[in-house]
Amino acid sequence: MFEDYISLFIKSVFIENLALAFFLGMCTFLAVSKEVETAAGLGVAVVFVQAITVPVNNLIYNHLLKEGALAWLGYPNVDLSFIGLVTYIGVIAAMVQILEMALDKYVPSLYHALGIFLPLITVNCAILGGTLFMVERNYTFGESVVYGIGSGTGWALAIITLAGVREKMKYSNVPAGLRGLGITFITAGIMAMAFMLFSGIQL
Amino acid sequence: MLRKFLDKQSRHFEKGGRLEKFHPIYEMIDTFLYSPGASTKGATHVRDGLDLKRMMTVVVVALIPATFMALYNTGYQANSALAAKGITTLEGWRYFILQLLGGGINPASFYDNILHGAVYFFPVYAVTIIAGGIWEVIFSIIRKEEINEGFLVTSLLFPLILPATIPLWQVAIGVSFGVVIGKEVFGGTGMNIVNPALLCRAFLFFAYPAEISGDAVWVAVDGFSQATPLSQAAAGGTTALAGAGFTLKDAFLGLIPGSMGETSTLACLIGAFILIVTGVGSWRIMVSVVAGLSFVVLLFNVISNGTNPMFHVPLQWHLVLGGFAFGTVFMATDPVSAAVTNIGKYIYGFLIGALAGLVRVVNPAFPEGMMLAILFGNVFAPVIDHYVVKFNINRRRSGYVGR
Repeated sequence: MFEDYISLFIKSVFIENLALAFFLGMCTFLAVSKEVETAAGLGVAVVFVQAITVPVNNLIYNHLLKEGALAWLGYPNVDLSFIGLVTYIGVIAAMVQILEMALDKYVPSLYHALGIFLPLITVNCAILGGTLFMVERNYTFGESVVYGIGSGTGWALAIITLAGVREKMKYSNVPAGLRGLGITFITAGIMAMAFMLFSGIQL
Repeated sequence: MLRKFLDKQSRHFEKGGRLEKFHPIYEMIDTFLYSPGASTKGATHVRDGLDLKRMMTVVVVALIPATFMALYNTGYQANSALAAKGITTLEGWRYFILQLLGGGINPASFYDNILHGAVYFFPVYAVTIIAGGIWEVIFSIIRKEEINEGFLVTSLLFPLILPATIPLWQVAIGVSFGVVIGKEVFGGTGMNIVNPALLCRAFLFFAYPAEISGDAVWVAVDGFSQATPLSQAAAGGTTALAGAGFTLKDAFLGLIPGSMGETSTLACLIGAFILIVTGVGSWRIMVSVVAGLSFVVLLFNVISNGTNPMFHVPLQWHLVLGGFAFGTVFMATDPVSAAVTNIGKYIYGFLIGALAGLVRVVNPAFPEGMMLAILFGNVFAPVIDHYVVKFNINRRRSGYVGR
């Protein structure tokens, strides 16, 4: 049991890294990775949102939406999974809103550094992707907690690393046409190549 | 006389000359042969005469033993395989050159082995130099910069980590990718994020896996298939190694199948000695890479449950097999892509060694993890440095306030 959780965690951080193996959440991944501090802040925010939304969505899916999940209300034949997407996004939006208010109150510097990208976490495909993977793989509640934290951590690790590389590149003489996003895409590609190290590990 | 010739030509390449655009090429040839004539004006601050050119030359010198073993072992493996099959003559242009130079295919003859290795190594080397060199020249002309010596090292490292049977067109594609995407678009020598030679190889590894992995590519004989010791160890542990006739001594000297230059741990040790004595390679990185691998391997030895034979392979085998020694000495220590801070170097090296061991033991997809482990370390090096520096700042600040 405990071992399963550990291997699921490692798998979601390294082997199935949301950013570098599935290329999810690219918009913020590329846009907010100019500085390590900001990237770390956003990374923590993503870990936080993932750790809450994936388990909450897991509960909603298992007890309200799944086929036969409404048996406890006396409707064993109802299958509500078709409204899954809408529900998940609603939960995510609510969570992000709460997080935003909390950051604004307690860590205003981070709130200003993240700027527009905090509300944008709502439509970050990495967040929705985490929930959808959870649904697709039929995780239990415990697994969904571990997966939420793990996949968020993996994404945070990737964006912090990319930010480190980009800070180092600040003085590089990059060809004019590639400056900015172009070279960042190439860097992300090279990073993904390095993350191939873990592909194929069976846990 | 040569000096006079160069001086005579120089006017074409100066500002306003007919061939002004090609000044980098002229500059390259000139400074390669003579010390530059231009001198600094005003006050200078030379701390040490160690410049890029000398640094790169030291690395090339350190690579000589490995190159030599690459020639000898490539020929030795091919000749032994031919002798085992009872073949006495070959076809093709390589054999033609071999005969032209008076060589044969006798595995007991030192000269034959060297020569047979040379007809495989030097074509790959030549293609690397030409294809990569063209890109270097194009970029330095566009940028109006001087051509850089960094490519000398990359172009020697790259053939050494390829199998002898690699098709030459793939060499050209690989080196083009590595030089352009790995180095030039980031701003040229000194700006690359990852080691260009390793990126070349990683690109070929994922793009054309059939020619760079598996069992059939390591010995330069058509249709001859022999697994590298590492993949045999992955399949059957130390018993498989002994069964295939590999001894620890052969593996240490480098008389085992593998990529051309990576097999000899002895040659890498000589190279490491040169790099450490001259201060070009960081001993901190080398030591911590070895420590990382040792830690992981010993850990797996202890917790082994018997299902995976690789768990039992003892540390001494891990140290001499595959590209570990070569990667540790020549790849991980690349000063551009490695961590810069001293504490960072320990963390960076340990990470590489540990990951290399981890992949060897638990990742069935790749028998050897050194290449990707170093790429991974390269990618993480800036973050490691960032946090080491930040930690130092915080520690000093708190110490200052405390006093």
